[in-house]
Amino acid sequence: MARFSSYEHLLRLAALFVVGIALFAGLRWLLVPADYGLIGPYRASALTQNQAHSIVYAGRLACRECHSDVADALTTNAHASVGCESCHGALAAHAGDPGVAAVRPDPRATCAGCHVPDAAKPAALKTVNFAEHAGAESCGSCHQPHAPRP
Amino acid sequence: MPAPDRRTFLLQTGKLLVLTASAAAAWDYVMAGEPDQAPGYDAAAHWWAMVIDVERCIGCGLCVRACKTENHVSLEPDCFRTWVERYEIDPDDPDHPHVTSPNGGYDGFPPLTKDGVKTFFVPKLCNQCADAPCVQVCPVGATFQTPDGVVLVDKDYCLGCRYCVQACPYGCRYIDPETHTADKCTLCYHRISRGLKPACVEICPTGARSLGDLKDPNDPIHEFLRTHKVHVLKPQMATHPKTFYNGLDGAVR
Repeated sequence: MARFSSYEHLLRLAALFVVGIALFAGLRWLLVPADYGLIGPYRASALTQNQAHSIVYAGRLACRECHSDVADALTTNAHASVGCESCHGALAAHAGDPGVAAVRPDPRATCAGCHVPDAAKPAALKTVNFAEHAGAESCGSCHQPHAPRP
Repeated sequence: MPAPDRRTFLLQTGKLLVLTASAAAAWDYVMAGEPDQAPGYDAAAHWWAMVIDVERCIGCGLCVRACKTENHVSLEPDCFRTWVERYEIDPDDPDHPHVTSPNGGYDGFPPLTKDGVKTFFVPKLCNQCADAPCVQVCPVGATFQTPDGVVLVDKDYCLGCRYCVQACPYGCRYIDPETHTADKCTLCYHRISRGLKPACVEICPTGARSLGDLKDPNDPIHEFLRTHKVHVLKPQMATHPKTFYNGLDGAVR
């Protein structure tokens, strides 16, 4: 038993352990956000932060609420898959407050966005050389984007 | 057994502390359970996927512009959450396609009239991998997969170390030049969690992009995946992407 008569060093070690663990727990409490690990190894509030961004494009369902005449006409023609905001631009501000005017798109530039010829475009898409086809004339003089000819 | 010297003792103590800490952290994780999600949206009820119909893409660049507008993505070069590539494949050298993407297709593409080459557009975006390398390499847990299968970035927690940018086999991540943190496609998480479509899907004039919920048995995506030969990009990377391409040419990487 004489070998264990001196235990003072063991107490020092134990104290060192306690201090170490307390230091770790304290630092962890300070540094790790409270919601870290609630769902997975990340801050749960990062989810809500990503959800909280504001919406810029209202979506065609929102447009339909007021402009159902145009939206209904569009469902049956060649532009059925084209969203309202594809041509008219982002309109969440207008959808939220109709007092905010929607900008009327420039017909020629908007039409050209899709209908200029390109070998990579699928054959089903109608393309046209704008200069040969219409010169400087606006597309809107003959064509109705809400009712394109089949 | 001789008494350990001070160095060995300190090393062993240190290891023990680290092990105790890991065990405590693991126990916390086990005991945490499933917390409540954002009100009105049950993330665990969805598993989002994207279907891209390459044969419908006309390279108009509307998706690229809509994405930048919706998500306030920097207009600096090489900052894209989605972009469009144009492939030109010479039949004499099909293994070396010529791929162009001027400013990501933001302003569309210069007209191509070359005959004799196979050419088509391929929209690219985050593949929302089920086993995402970018999530695995993040040293601080700033990038993660949500319960509905979207890989997101916690911009407040990101250090900007760029590991994830290097890890992504698809080049879908970039460093936001304003915040100097990693950024990527969120599948418009703020939109899909409110029942809207992502901006690129909403804006695509030909319906080349569509969002699907693999957990919803009534979603048309199941019918589409059953009846079409869809591919994912780089399947050999075993990232299990949830962006499916219909009509994809074998030359696309």
